[in-house]
Amino acid sequence: MSEFQVDKNGYYGQFGGAYIPELLYPNVKELEDNYLDIINSDAFQKEYLYLLKQYVGRPTPLYYAPNLSTKYGAHIYLKREDLNHTGAHKVNNTIGQILIAKHLGKKRIIAETGAGQHGVATATVCALMNLECIVFMGEVDIKRQAPNVARMKMLGAKVVPATSGSKTLKDATNEAIRDWIQHPEETYYLIGSVVGPHPYPDMVARLQAIISEEIKWQLKEQTGKENPDTIIACVGGGSNAAGAFYHYMDDKDVDLVAVEAAGLGVNSGESAATSQLGQVGVIHGSKTILMQDEYGQIVEPYSISAGLDYPGVGPLHAHLFQSKRGTFLNATDQEALDAAFELTKLEGIIPALETSHALAVLGKMKLDKDQVVVINLSGRGDKDLETYITELDKREARGNE
Amino acid sequence: MSKLTKLFKEKPNRLCSVYFTSGYPQLNDTVTVIKGLEAAGVDFLEVGLPYSDPMADGPTIQESSSIALKNGINLDVIFNQLETIKEDVNIPLIAMGYFNQVVRYGAERFCEKCQLVGIETLVLPDMPMIEYETTYKALFAKYGLSNVFLITPQTSEERIKKIDDMTDAFIYVVASSSITGAKGSISTAQIDYFNRIKSYNLKSTLIAGFGISSRETFDTVCEHVNGAIIGSAFVKHVGVNGVDEIDAFVKAII
Repeated sequence: MSEFQVDKNGYYGQFGGAYIPELLYPNVKELEDNYLDIINSDAFQKEYLYLLKQYVGRPTPLYYAPNLSTKYGAHIYLKREDLNHTGAHKVNNTIGQILIAKHLGKKRIIAETGAGQHGVATATVCALMNLECIVFMGEVDIKRQAPNVARMKMLGAKVVPATSGSKTLKDATNEAIRDWIQHPEETYYLIGSVVGPHPYPDMVARLQAIISEEIKWQLKEQTGKENPDTIIACVGGGSNAAGAFYHYMDDKDVDLVAVEAAGLGVNSGESAATSQLGQVGVIHGSKTILMQDEYGQIVEPYSISAGLDYPGVGPLHAHLFQSKRGTFLNATDQEALDAAFELTKLEGIIPALETSHALAVLGKMKLDKDQVVVINLSGRGDKDLETYITELDKREARGNE
Repeated sequence: MSKLTKLFKEKPNRLCSVYFTSGYPQLNDTVTVIKGLEAAGVDFLEVGLPYSDPMADGPTIQESSSIALKNGINLDVIFNQLETIKEDVNIPLIAMGYFNQVVRYGAERFCEKCQLVGIETLVLPDMPMIEYETTYKALFAKYGLSNVFLITPQTSEERIKKIDDMTDAFIYVVASSSITGAKGSISTAQIDYFNRIKSYNLKSTLIAGFGISSRETFDTVCEHVNGAIIGSAFVKHVGVNGVDEIDAFVKAII
């Protein structure tokens, strides 16, 4: 068995497990006992793949980016997850989990969201399946991601503000867990990333694995080889990275590059670069690397990107980091903004702010002219337009000086 | 014999415990609250170790924890506060916090400090049973610490019996499927649940918590289990009234 797959106790190396109050034990156990059977069943696979094709629009293109390639002197391919229905990779997971929830007979769906992408993707599948949907979102994020809040409401979801702590993703997750504790029987908690107690990290990784499954045959079609030299993906909780890495984890000739949000700078005190700033601990039910003080109090992270603004990282990524299988880089707010403007100008693609962090490391890497690089273009930038407009105004003001 | 075991032998019924948030409402109120609760006749105390992300707790305890953390509370301050009153406090003290606090502080160092200040029992609601069995049971035992497990209306009979076997303190009976916080009354479904647990003839003392806020709820619960823990209602009380009227609060319930 692969050393990067979850073991039978729910661990990746020393990371993972299920650190949950007894109140959640029956729910998590029910999921643990059933998820593999459901996912591996013919009925599930048929419906999942049908919806991914006809509803989501998969396979997403693997686009050779000629101008970006020229600029950085390498063969750069973009895995266009931004072209998925709802605008990001998140829907791969929500389609899968909503089918699992239906198999388990759950009627009420709850979710947490940071940037609102997972919230929208959850509200979308709930509308599709006619299920009640409640999305918890930090009060700060509700303000900075207004279009996604409107989308969720239009899709019929109830958006509940999380007003504790930093009022961002971590707090939205706490609120979702509390709601789950209070409604244990009828509720399904649809987690949006490879975080949370086992089996969530493994389940979400399996549902996102379609990304690397497609990269393999698409790259073979275009270059004759399944394996690129490098795959780059941004990491908050880490679901798009888990999906892009999944089928390559054991192929050690493929360099897996995870990019975290450095905020105003790794050591500025305003950052979300968990692998650089964190230590081993427990957050949201799993043992991983997280940002905390000497007493285990969770430190409030910061990033311009609501989707990367998380003080932990999925246990799979903690394992990739610790085992050195993954290369962990980071990009600041400004580097991400610059990368977003660059991609837009060079290739005519406006990326999400999260994704822009992955693009931002191209300039920091030593690239070779024959090197084949795949960047997981996890989401599109529509939701970040307000931030981009502010940046545009700044650039125009500078231009006029 | 631990203080708690001795207490359960002497007083098998109507045991009253109170949870309080250390360092709340003011940093140094920890000591005043403990003394006040003991003087008011509370049988044992749950010393809340404030945590930034208390996922099993409701808004009242979360907010009090945030305030306490802003006040400057941390494990070292709490241990120091407890050490100063070690000789004056006779009722059993239980520490209630989250697993990450123990891991980060260093589990052995944490246990050592607990023993030093007279804590004999721990409640760590997010510590998995498997970790306890494989790692922490032996460590806790080394420092004379016993561990309390929670059970809920959804916990299976098999699991409840396993918890009963592993318990050397008491079983924390979560009275409803909920986070901590006052609910107002005890439903017939909850009474059925208490009766179901009783029908298992467990060896452990049963203490109910979550939603016990008044004499009425305390009395009802005590008809079915050995005692109850009052948490959010007390935290709310000191939040509003400060630490001067603890006696009146307790006497209105027990």
